[in-house]
Amino acid sequence: MREISCHKVASGFASGPSLATKMAISFLGNIDPRTGMVVDPGHELYGESISGKVLIFPGGKGSTVGSYVIYQLKKRDLAPAAMINLRSEPIVAVGAIISGIPLVDRVPSDILQLKNGTCIEVDSDRELIRILP
Amino acid sequence: MGMYLSRDEEAIYRGDRGETLRRMMEILVALGDIYGAERLVPVRSVQIAGVSYKNIGDAGLEWISDLEGQVVVPSILNPAGMDLFRYKEMGISEEFASKQRETIEAYRRLGVIIDCTCTPYQIYDSLAERGDHLAWSESSAVCYANSVIGARTNREGGPSALAAALIGKTALYGYHLDHNRQPSHVIEAKAELEGSDYGALGFLVGKEVGDGVPLFRLRSSPTKDELKALGAAMAASGSVALYYVDGVTPKPPEPTANYDGCERISIEWEEIEAVYDEHGGDDADIVALGCPHCSGEELERIADLLAGQKVKKEMWVCTARKIKDACPDLVARIESSGARVFCDTCMVVSPATEGFEKMMVNSGKALVYLPGLGGVDATFGSLEECIDVALGRKRS
Repeated sequence: MREISCHKVASGFASGPSLATKMAISFLGNIDPRTGMVVDPGHELYGESISGKVLIFPGGKGSTVGSYVIYQLKKRDLAPAAMINLRSEPIVAVGAIISGIPLVDRVPSDILQLKNGTCIEVDSDRELIRILP
Repeated sequence: MGMYLSRDEEAIYRGDRGETLRRMMEILVALGDIYGAERLVPVRSVQIAGVSYKNIGDAGLEWISDLEGQVVVPSILNPAGMDLFRYKEMGISEEFASKQRETIEAYRRLGVIIDCTCTPYQIYDSLAERGDHLAWSESSAVCYANSVIGARTNREGGPSALAAALIGKTALYGYHLDHNRQPSHVIEAKAELEGSDYGALGFLVGKEVGDGVPLFRLRSSPTKDELKALGAAMAASGSVALYYVDGVTPKPPEPTANYDGCERISIEWEEIEAVYDEHGGDDADIVALGCPHCSGEELERIADLLAGQKVKKEMWVCTARKIKDACPDLVARIESSGARVFCDTCMVVSPATEGFEKMMVNSGKALVYLPGLGGVDATFGSLEECIDVALGRKRS
């Protein structure tokens, strides 16, 4: 088991299979709030579901309405279990907080290369990520 | 967490005062951490974006409806997607109207003052004075508060403004701090300007300076309405949140004679004229005034120009409800021409705009936003030209 220290943005504890991308995510436009699928053909994760995953991406981008899209996903049980950013920006930070989804940032960038489906625990309050064998 | 929190703030952050406030404090702390704030600062007032149902959709409405608590500082709303009473005349569907009313009611439950306007400073003097810290959202209101009033605010998003309203504080970073309030550009305008020329100037300068802090040296002395138009246009074509006009607005924190480190831009009259020429034509099917919302003085000027004549095209005049209520005679004079005075909304945030082909405006801000957000072509002219076109004449 590998432990990585991180910085808490939105509190909570969650675990799930990883889903990583080197591309930023605009929740408004890239993700369908009714299905949790990545619907932008230009995105590396096109066709993937982010629901229940530990979603690892550099950070957010795009419209501030993206914060509300994250909330809508959560209300429909379609949200990621947790999120990990290299550096959180306000859209994803605010979206995670209002939705109660654990979000951490300030992690080494090699985490973006983690194999999808790896089991990960995010313990935001202790500022720790655990990669399980 | 890098930011200092007082014992009370810490308690809210831990959740001692409930889940809504805990999350609100988490928003303030997260933003403070992202932008390197040292601490929180109390705000005098809040202006909340995320009101038009067209912009926030069901996602935003659900979030606002789920919140519990009461705002602790005076808090006012941005324009909604429709006139809250005369929406049928705008061509708004009952379905949209019902969602919009739900949004307004959700804010009312939180204790927010239900005035939907981008010009809160035109209706309440008590919201902001020089030196006050604020958490305002709407980009033109932010620009006016920072620049003309001399207060201090960042451009807040909907949730962060609401967090500031419920906690009464915001994170101390960005335009709250002197060192971010120094000019970055000096703009020399080499012409006498009036009225919509200021919107054209802002349209040009915003594109040049982006999120910079321009200091203007002008040959004419702008009125408050002209400053409102200048800032609104720069906040739309760029993301300007603070500007100075030498000899007119409050001064920068450390005024100097020449602002030597600043980039220099000069604007010739021909460039202003080109904004009109490039967005010319008399073929608009609607004329819309009041972006940002008209002041009483602007309503008076519109009433004088219409004077007893009948409009041949749809014409909207957008203002705050309190301004309309304070000027019933002017409103009656404007509406006797066939034009309509709508409140609580504007052409930029209302879906009603999509029902038209081409809209003529006297606002640099509306000129930026209409093609993308409103799905309508835009032409640009002075107030006098807009009225001419509405009356079915050629531009004078």
